[in-house]
Amino acid sequence: MPDLILDPNIDRPDDFYAALIAAHDGLSKEESDALNARLILILANHVGDRETLSQALAAARLQEDEPE
Amino acid sequence: MLQDRYTLAFREYPYRRSADQDAASPVRHPVVIVGGGPVGMTAALDLGLKGVPVLVLDDHEGIGMGSRAICVAKRSLEIADRLGCGAELVERGVVWNLGKVFHRDRKVFEFNLLPEAGHRYPAFINLQQPYFEKALVDRLRAARAQGAPVEIRGRNRVEGVAQTDDGVILEVLTPDGPYTLAADWVIACDGAASPVRNALDLGFEGRVFEDSFLIADVKMDAPFPTERRFWFDPPFKSGSSALLHKQPDNVWRLDFQIGWHVDREKELRDENVKARIDQMLGPDIAYEVVWKSVYTFQCRRMKTFRHGRVLFAGDSAHQVSPFGARGANSGVQDVDNLAWKLALVLDGTAPDSLLDSYAAEREVAADENILNSTRATDFITPKSETSKLFRDAVLELSEHYPFARPLVNSGRLSVPCIYDGSTLNGADGLPGGPARSRPGAPCPDVPLGDGFLLDRLDGRFHLLTVDTDAPERLEEGGVAVARLALSAADDPSGALAARYLGDADAAVYLIRPDQHVATRWPAYDADAVRLALRRAIGRD
Repeated sequence: MPDLILDPNIDRPDDFYAALIAAHDGLSKEESDALNARLILILANHVGDRETLSQALAAARLQEDEPE
Repeated sequence: MLQDRYTLAFREYPYRRSADQDAASPVRHPVVIVGGGPVGMTAALDLGLKGVPVLVLDDHEGIGMGSRAICVAKRSLEIADRLGCGAELVERGVVWNLGKVFHRDRKVFEFNLLPEAGHRYPAFINLQQPYFEKALVDRLRAARAQGAPVEIRGRNRVEGVAQTDDGVILEVLTPDGPYTLAADWVIACDGAASPVRNALDLGFEGRVFEDSFLIADVKMDAPFPTERRFWFDPPFKSGSSALLHKQPDNVWRLDFQIGWHVDREKELRDENVKARIDQMLGPDIAYEVVWKSVYTFQCRRMKTFRHGRVLFAGDSAHQVSPFGARGANSGVQDVDNLAWKLALVLDGTAPDSLLDSYAAEREVAADENILNSTRATDFITPKSETSKLFRDAVLELSEHYPFARPLVNSGRLSVPCIYDGSTLNGADGLPGGPARSRPGAPCPDVPLGDGFLLDRLDGRFHLLTVDTDAPERLEEGGVAVARLALSAADDPSGALAARYLGDADAAVYLIRPDQHVATRWPAYDADAVRLALRRAIGRD
């Protein structure tokens, strides 16, 4: 089972971050929220593995120290 | 008429009437540098040491007060070293490596600049700008005593600029009234508000950021260690972000983000500055405010840095936010790039199109600085709700997970630009050579016995050979190239091999006077070197 990657894994992180923010240019807050939701679902589908996704959900809730 | 715009820290060159002011027709100078700040003085020193007669016009009589640019980057120190005043800067400055980033009341992570071993100079020192400028002016004076043809005229303010076919006419105001000068070339180092740029009716392209910052430099006996501390949303509420950074003489830079719609005059009142400082430092620390300033900033540059015979360098050509120390440091690198080219053009060795490569190379460098500076600014002062949401998420995650730490951006610190794709570069001819010393790159330093490699790259063209043969001297088109013969065995630390050979067994580097690599090969080839040299001086 692959473990969730929580060490740096993005090539040229500043470029990525700038692109992420730029993707929201000109959007209202509602449109931005919707974009974020779509983005999460797209990335989740790419990950695919249910166990990894469960770990990601826990990590996002900042629950890394709690048992599964 | 000729009023000071700022108070002086050091009065260095009081106004003296020049014979030029009484001449019947405008006296012509090969190079006039407008502006006597760190960029103008570096240019004067570099050209003067090459024997090029230089006249510096400064509208003040010395060095301005205020610590201003405090972070001197390694590349600036290396340039100062080549010009003969690097060591005293480090001796006077504060060397720092550790940075800590806080979000609200929690430290989210820390970074160490971890200077790579085997370089003469550290990644950064902090030093008040007047001391940096003083070291340059002192060095200029010493160089002049040894014959460097440099003249500085205080209280000479350029009021008018006109280009002719073969030169530039300058109208200059002095306490004795106006006079006219002629110049073959003008280097405009006259700052963000550049009168030369305005006189030529040239503008900028880029972004203005709608935020203000308050700098308060305070002198205090404080127990803070020598590190950079940066707060996002600090709990002490002195600003939306805050910075604490040590300078020499027990002085600390405090910098608070205070918002766009502020009354500058009101914010600068003693009691208001004190209120912000007290919130940050608490009641128990005694301090004295030694300098304060409210600033706003732009990230923008001129479309091109060369306009005929006027060359723009430093803030006159490009401006960035302070995050990353890319302002004065990049200006010093501008003139490092320009001086040798201008000297070759002036003595007829190179065509004046070589100066187009100054503009091209330094415009790319400015774009790199502007990009980094803009991104840091966007992170520090998010401009939309969503941008702030992501920013705060990154900060929160960075406390828990290493992956988010590279995304935290409180300033990407100044590193020199690699001139990839410059017309002066030859194709990279060294298979397996390290990427960091590829054509266009500034030469990485290497320890050599009791000195360092960069000591030996003294402002001329050099042919560096590592474990291979080449003639001791060669000349092409009037340019002499001195060989620097080294062996990987000269450096037991292995840095020379790692930084210049990589997977190759031997290497030959053609190195420009500004210590950037022109090109490289596995072995000496007379025709290839000659071609590369012609290319590096803009002859092909």
